[in-house]
Amino acid sequence: MPRVGLFIPCYVDQFYPEVGLATVDLLHRYGCDTDYPTAQTCCGQPMANTGCVEQAAPLARRFVEIFAQYDYVVCPSGSCTAMVRHHYEEYFHGDATYARLRERVFELTEFLVDVLGVQRVEGSFPYRVGLHQSCHGLRELRLARSSETVGPAFNKTRQLLESLDGIEFAELTRPDECCGFGGTFAVNEEAVSCMMGLDRVHDHLQAGTQVLTSNDMSCLMHLDGLIRRQGQPIRVMHVAEILAGRAVEPLPKRHA
Amino acid sequence: MAEELTVVDHPRAAAKFVRDDARAHWHDQALWFVRVKRDRMAQSLPEWETLRAKAAEIKAHTVGHLAEYLEQFERQATALGAKVHWAADAAEHNQIVLDILQRHGVKQVAKSKSMLTEECHLNPFLERHGITVVDTDLGEWIVQLRGEPPSHIVLPAIHIKKEEVGELFHRKLGTEAGATDPKYLTEAARYKLRQVFLESQAGITGVNFAIAETGGIVVCTNEGNADLGVSLPKLHIACMGIEKLIPRAADLGVFLRLLARSATGQPITTYSSHFHGPAPSGELHIVLVDNGRSSILGNDDYRRSLHCIRCGACMNTCPVYRRSGGHSYGATVPGPIGSILNPARDPGRYATLPYACSLCGSCTDVCPVKINLHEQLLTWRRDIAAAGKLSWSKQAAMKAAAFVLARPGLYRLAGKVARFSLRHLPRLLLYGPWNPWGRQRELPRAPRRSFREQYARRPKP
Repeated sequence: MPRVGLFIPCYVDQFYPEVGLATVDLLHRYGCDTDYPTAQTCCGQPMANTGCVEQAAPLARRFVEIFAQYDYVVCPSGSCTAMVRHHYEEYFHGDATYARLRERVFELTEFLVDVLGVQRVEGSFPYRVGLHQSCHGLRELRLARSSETVGPAFNKTRQLLESLDGIEFAELTRPDECCGFGGTFAVNEEAVSCMMGLDRVHDHLQAGTQVLTSNDMSCLMHLDGLIRRQGQPIRVMHVAEILAGRAVEPLPKRHA
Repeated sequence: MAEELTVVDHPRAAAKFVRDDARAHWHDQALWFVRVKRDRMAQSLPEWETLRAKAAEIKAHTVGHLAEYLEQFERQATALGAKVHWAADAAEHNQIVLDILQRHGVKQVAKSKSMLTEECHLNPFLERHGITVVDTDLGEWIVQLRGEPPSHIVLPAIHIKKEEVGELFHRKLGTEAGATDPKYLTEAARYKLRQVFLESQAGITGVNFAIAETGGIVVCTNEGNADLGVSLPKLHIACMGIEKLIPRAADLGVFLRLLARSATGQPITTYSSHFHGPAPSGELHIVLVDNGRSSILGNDDYRRSLHCIRCGACMNTCPVYRRSGGHSYGATVPGPIGSILNPARDPGRYATLPYACSLCGSCTDVCPVKINLHEQLLTWRRDIAAAGKLSWSKQAAMKAAAFVLARPGLYRLAGKVARFSLRHLPRLLLYGPWNPWGRQRELPRAPRRSFREQYARRPKP
């Protein structure tokens, strides 16, 4: 039984515990033993993306110390996984412990598909689902083929979702445009960020999305914030929640 | 120039652009349409990714041997009868061009599109010395008539609606008031520009590719205006950045196939004009301009930005550029590539540009010469922070966050306080002007217990 260290992003720990719990359920369902090291806080991405590498460096070092002991480290976020896999090198300069850990850090759906070899997920989800491809999952982890590049199509997240009974997909006019979250970008460039987010929401509305899902709760936090402010009839769920068979929370009465 | 002294405030300029929602969406759609055309063209070539890799390889090689190739180019171009000039910066470039024009007694120049001459602010310089410059690319001419810089390197007037062009032409060219028909307006422009081509005593062009092996230059246009501008006058001045070099004529095919597909979704530009030496009894001057390029060449982090072939694909795909407009970048080259090139010239003035980016990485995937644009933008943020050019509030916020996040006990406490506040504080307090998140967005619905608390309490399997 592989021993998986749960890498739960700080904002998921604090604001979206149900996403972490769904991740745990899925990993148990596919035969993993999970451990949550409580010393973990944040991978350091907000500091690194602001350019404050001095502040990010100690968080990166803590992360590697905490997670070095596991067979695998699994995270329900493409963005945080990409931070550790692609942006830690400048803090470690060829350090062997980091190099070993780097090979064993996975985003949840890529871990299910690539490491555990999960072909289909049992369960049903009779809703029209809009899949938001989070940019770091898409263009840094390559969880799917991006619309800019040329080659055989693949999509690890959609492949898993597709195996659920009754699921339908909303087809978007812009299949993988950024939602505009972007970490501190969301407040630093608030006007553009919100316009980007609203454009995504409208694309989902015209495509008939009932449930909007993604590998990244941060994109969904931003989109859900816009959806709730505008009172749009869309529910937001992390991919882990759908795959783990969680129920869809009913919409407020006015949409019924 | 006064504008050079002010610091570019991208968030502010972008917010202003976004405030006109209909126009911002129109701008976004217009450029997305070009991106879709580009996708169709790219997808029609199964060898697309191989071409990109090949182009990146050729550029890396060229940039790595730039001095030798430049010298080879100078030798070959000189042997063909061209005169090659070297300019260290914009001022020297402008002076060289002025000297040549004055020597020939030139009063009016027909200039085809050249972002290099925009970068060097050649037009106002020549105008100050009594020489009239007419930009003969239709989009460039429109922005010139409006007295503003281009907002895009390939589509200089993409921010202007046809109604506004009609109004401008009515005032400047005497077309019918209220005319908006693009065909009518283009015909009017064409008629006026033909007169410019007939009257001008010199033609200035940019350069898309300079071939070291042959000493020839290649200029790509859709309007044929480069050819027209240099056909009648005896004098042709071609201005180019030193990164425009490619080693061999055989390499050209790789780039011509990528350039127009990436830029506008055409298989090739309508005109790809080759100039090998001057026309009979004419003069060809080629001005090689550095203007900061060799210092980028010396930097491992940013060297690849010199691969750029100025196709504009990173602008068309950038979700921020499409929604903030080219002028919000306050520079000749806007968008992702501009946000890398401009801070290299003046990190203080352009410090907000690397942050005008959600790090989505679409630019990196669309770039025909595989510049790692979003990674370089991230590296710029590091360099801007290291140079102390981050705002005090950003620095303080990041320091405070890092302090808390390095201490799990403090982090747990801060999380608890945040969740409690979100659940219990009145809306008035949560959604004040101090909360930019909450201007248009709800804050997350905070749970009573964090994941770590619930994980510790859950029944063990």
